[in-house]
Amino acid sequence: MTINNNILNKMELKIKALSINESFARASVSGFCLQLNPSLDELTDIKTAVSEAVTNSIVHAYPNKEGEILITVTLSKDTATIEIVDWGIGIKNLEEAKKPFFTTKPGDERSGMGFTVMESFMDNVEVSNTNEGGVKVTLTKIIRDQTNAKKQAENF
Amino acid sequence: MEIKYRNYNNILYVMLDGELDEHTAKFTSKKLDEIFFSTISKQIIIDLSQMKFMDSTGIGVLIGRYKKMKDRGVSIFISNPSYHAEKIFKLTGLYEIMPKIS
Repeated sequence: MTINNNILNKMELKIKALSINESFARASVSGFCLQLNPSLDELTDIKTAVSEAVTNSIVHAYPNKEGEILITVTLSKDTATIEIVDWGIGIKNLEEAKKPFFTTKPGDERSGMGFTVMESFMDNVEVSNTNEGGVKVTLTKIIRDQTNAKKQAENF
Repeated sequence: MEIKYRNYNNILYVMLDGELDEHTAKFTSKKLDEIFFSTISKQIIIDLSQMKFMDSTGIGVLIGRYKKMKDRGVSIFISNPSYHAEKIFKLTGLYEIMPKIS
């Protein structure tokens, strides 16, 4: 029995906000998204955007304390929706944070390009402060190359 | 992240092999500084053909090295970026300070 016919599959991953978990997080999400038969480029787009969002939570959400990050991936017919939530200190000025080269930590050699990269690699990016005080980033990627990937697989 | 380098014809060639993200950024920056400051070459070529992954953290690492070497009159060039690394470089204008060479 399904509540929403459009949703084919879903997974949740909760990790400690530690940089050592970054490669695991992006590999897990992209591995799950393989079910939509994306092209290699589309898969790397997803990997990169997830890495940006998870890095933001690791670097900014929990100054001087430990915290967690929840990643939820929902797959529908041709779309992967990836939600990245933390329970940290939130973002003071969302508009400013999204601007290219804006960073609150310029001394740390940070590029301030995280949201710009997410926006250019995904079809849609939404960021908001949650009621609990943390940040929620929703990344949406439409998988356009499904037939190509399927064809490639059939030819093997 | 594994970093290999060699001097050839007065040019320092550096190869990054691995994933460049928040977790590996500090080590990569430190290691690159060690290598860059110990050379007398005025030209450095960073070969990215073996880099498996990079996000915008990599831009911070590269710009940081550029700033340190600029005052010493050293030029840094990028070679063999992946399709995605190139996308990030173009987005950030990195090639304006570290031109791509083939």
